[in-house]
Amino acid sequence: MRNDQLIYKVDWIVVLIYLVLVFSGWLNIYAADYDPDINQGILSFSQSSGKQLIWIASSIFLIVLIMMVDFRFYDSFAYILYGIFIFLLISVLLLGQEVSGSQSWFQIGSYKLQPSEFTKFATALALAKYLSKSTRKSGEMRSQIIGFLIFLIPLGLIILQGDLGTAMVFGSLVLVMFREGMHPLILVIGFSVAILFLGTLVLSQTILLIGIVVLTLFGIGLVAKAPSKIVVVVVAGVLAAGFVRSVDFILTDVLKPHQQQRVMQLLNPNRDPLGAGWQVTQSKIAIGSGGLTGKGYLEGTQTKFNFVPDQTTDNIFCTVGEEQGWIGSFFLVAAFTALFLRLVFLAERQKSPFAKIYGYAVVSILFFHFAFNIAMTIGLFPVIGIPLPFFSYGGSSLWTFTILLFIFLKLDAHRMQVLQRL
Amino acid sequence: MSGRSFIIQGLIIFIALVFSIRLFSIQVLNDEYKLAAQNNILQKIVDYPFRGLIYDRDGKLMVYNTPVYDLMVVPKEVDLADSVEIMSLLEIDHKTFEAKYQKARRYSSILASKFDEQIPNEMFARIQDKLVNYSGFYVLPRTVRGYQNNILSNTLGYVGEINRSQLRRDTSGYYKSGDYIGITGIEKQYEDKLRGKRGIRYKIVNVQGVVKGEFQDGEYDTASVPGQSIQLTIDTELQTYAEKLLKGKVAGLVALDPKTGEILAMVSSPSYDPDLLSGRDLGKNFSGIQNDSLKPLFNRPLQATYPPGSMFKTVQALIAMQENQLRPTERVMCEGNLIGDHAPPGIYDVERAIQLSSNNYFFKVFKRIIEQGDHESRYIDSRIGLKKWNEHMSNFGLGHKLGVDIPNEQSGYIPDIQFYDRIYGVNRWAFSNIYSLSIGQGEVLVTPLQMANLGAILANRGHYYTPHIVKAIDDQGVVEPTLNNVGIDDKYFDSVLDGMEKVVREGSAVRAFVPNLDICGKTSTVENPHGMDHSGFMGFAPKDDPKIAIAVYVENAGWGGRAAASTASLVMEKYINGEISRQWLEDFVLEGDFLDARQKRELEAMNKAKRVANQ
Repeated sequence: MRNDQLIYKVDWIVVLIYLVLVFSGWLNIYAADYDPDINQGILSFSQSSGKQLIWIASSIFLIVLIMMVDFRFYDSFAYILYGIFIFLLISVLLLGQEVSGSQSWFQIGSYKLQPSEFTKFATALALAKYLSKSTRKSGEMRSQIIGFLIFLIPLGLIILQGDLGTAMVFGSLVLVMFREGMHPLILVIGFSVAILFLGTLVLSQTILLIGIVVLTLFGIGLVAKAPSKIVVVVVAGVLAAGFVRSVDFILTDVLKPHQQQRVMQLLNPNRDPLGAGWQVTQSKIAIGSGGLTGKGYLEGTQTKFNFVPDQTTDNIFCTVGEEQGWIGSFFLVAAFTALFLRLVFLAERQKSPFAKIYGYAVVSILFFHFAFNIAMTIGLFPVIGIPLPFFSYGGSSLWTFTILLFIFLKLDAHRMQVLQRL
Repeated sequence: MSGRSFIIQGLIIFIALVFSIRLFSIQVLNDEYKLAAQNNILQKIVDYPFRGLIYDRDGKLMVYNTPVYDLMVVPKEVDLADSVEIMSLLEIDHKTFEAKYQKARRYSSILASKFDEQIPNEMFARIQDKLVNYSGFYVLPRTVRGYQNNILSNTLGYVGEINRSQLRRDTSGYYKSGDYIGITGIEKQYEDKLRGKRGIRYKIVNVQGVVKGEFQDGEYDTASVPGQSIQLTIDTELQTYAEKLLKGKVAGLVALDPKTGEILAMVSSPSYDPDLLSGRDLGKNFSGIQNDSLKPLFNRPLQATYPPGSMFKTVQALIAMQENQLRPTERVMCEGNLIGDHAPPGIYDVERAIQLSSNNYFFKVFKRIIEQGDHESRYIDSRIGLKKWNEHMSNFGLGHKLGVDIPNEQSGYIPDIQFYDRIYGVNRWAFSNIYSLSIGQGEVLVTPLQMANLGAILANRGHYYTPHIVKAIDDQGVVEPTLNNVGIDDKYFDSVLDGMEKVVREGSAVRAFVPNLDICGKTSTVENPHGMDHSGFMGFAPKDDPKIAIAVYVENAGWGGRAAASTASLVMEKYINGEISRQWLEDFVLEGDFLDARQKRELEAMNKAKRVANQ
């Protein structure tokens, strides 16, 4: 009987948006792969769309499984799952396959698995569990540090694998920390660092240093009455200046050559259009040529004829942009936005801190993927290889996003029971 | 809901807005991406036109197009694991392959560029089946020139890829890098007729440049327009025969139809095989031909200039009569002491003087032209006389280009007042300084074409049609020849032509005699300071109804009556009768042993002297 009730309790708005995204993603995968010469059906297993159908079907199966498992399982087993995946991340470093520069794949038979994908939901669960247990003492330095460690550990391991894009996804959990009382100064500092970083690339160091001095003096003026704060402002100014001086080192010694290229590409989009700038140039051309209403389904020339690389995975949005135009792109952006806002709403209505924090973790991870994936295809951010949730071709990512989302829906469906139990 | 939740929701909405605006900007407001997308997928495939064909006067094909194939490569697509097989297929070594591959890569790794050019049809047939197995390679058909017979090479000229300086000089804006262009000869002269018009087909291609279909069903495609065909005035059979006769000699020959100015045959010997300058080995073959000491690329009928020698006497006689300084039947006593002579002393009139080629007679005749007594100073008198003579020369088409429709025609040289003023000073020269002009020696230079034209003037008794080699062009039909009058009265020609007839019947060119053909001619044995005399002949036939006028120069071949007269006679007989009645004469010319016993001794002595000088 509980399953009957579950159907009424599940948030059908989210499920509906999920289904719309997965289905239109599937159609677009077919379009991106479409070759008029071969003219194979959407169901053909030699096409990405045919294979994606298997992933979609298995995701439905996963959903049923998630829904059938007791909702308390996720809370109870959060650390264990987290531990398992951290272990896998370490072992993939030692034993895994290298695929296009990243040591992040396990080869099992003919299938390839990427543990870093699944680590996303395990980390989200662990973070939610830890923060929910320690919120009573929230604000404490120690719990904040452990909270950060929970997602910085996998982040570090994945950087070691050489997959900067996926690693950055874990950084999105800062948003959860922010929601759970992290001092906003950290966000401000993080933001300033990013701005300074880009600033050093665009402007000359002299101008930046002068700017920093002016801002520091301005800050001293603002807090003139409290001498202790003057010290803080001066230290901040000195740190900023030091950072500016060290960016050159970061650019040449920390970032890999192809990552440096991508950053430089963003700053000057017309640089080297046939080489490092190929992907950004071509994805912008594909999207830009779509116009208001698009070229029509299966009529896109840029994606169909392989001008855009990775068109079924990371660059799937190009197909939407080219074939469905601005209107189609706008609806896609609107659908994602609606999903995120709905998830925030659901998270806020949770009675249990675990479910609520987990909900925010889900929003953070999905939102990060959405924002940076699209930003990179339209040339607002350097190319980082992360998929568009529910849309991009790929089993690991579709499974991960499905698991991530439906664990939250399961928790949400049982939100009243938390009270009953208490 | 807390404030921080609102901040997060605000962030989500903010990003959505940024994306929507950015997308609106690049998709709706900005057109540049639509253009870029078209440039991406549209491949302009140049449809190279068929070059116009070239026919002879009877409509027989002389020059056609033969297919060759450019092998294109898209470096990114090439599987280097195949490279060994590709090398053996194309018959190139590893170094060549690597060089070509790297060159293509430097151009672009995703755009196609030429890997190998102008693969001949036979080789293409051999490799085309296997080529499809290797990704990244495809062929682009082109055409190069093919020749039905290996004749007329210099005049036909050749076609090659346009070079950078030609591209820069091109003001028409038509040419693009990679186009073929006529470089010499008729191919150059009639380039704008022959080349046709490029067509462009727009194909939709994928990123590898593989064609995926037509753009808008070919709505924007333009078909190539084939070049216009050109019909020449050349008689293939006559040309072939004349080339055969002059093979192995250094010679120039021009045969004209005096009634129209049409060039029936034009031989430059030695020549080259035109196929050598067509196709992929042009560059390699060209330097070989160019470095040949006998200069096969030198189009002798138009470019070589020789002193006219005795054939000039016909002109001198006509000018003197027109100037009223000489009557045709006037009896002139020649002692033979004015100038060296082969003709005996005696009494001469125009006819006899031409028949026997009396140097002393024409010394006197030219003196009459130059010293007409218009001024008491013999210096000024000579100036006036030379000026008149120069005007006549110009009327005869000498000293300037005739305007034949073949590039690089030379004008020859007729000395004028300014020339002698420069050498001797003003009023410091008179007839005594220039008398060698009287017998066509000295500073005067003519081309074989000008002498053939002289033959036509004599045949027509005072006029000529500008010599030309194109009879008709597709779109403008038959080319109308230009008529030129030389300003000599008809009545003065009789004695000259009678003399020329006797030259062949019983004079120096008796070898040229053909019964019932009535050949008129004049031989020249041109003094050559560098070696053995050049053999020259100018004439026409038949006397009463001229069908062919001809001039021949055979270098270092001695007497005009031997090499040149024999060759000219055979060519005229071949043209008029269609067959040769004197096999012995043909054998004589083919063998090419033209010098007589005395000249051979002279030659030997000359060579000996040279050897001594060299030691």
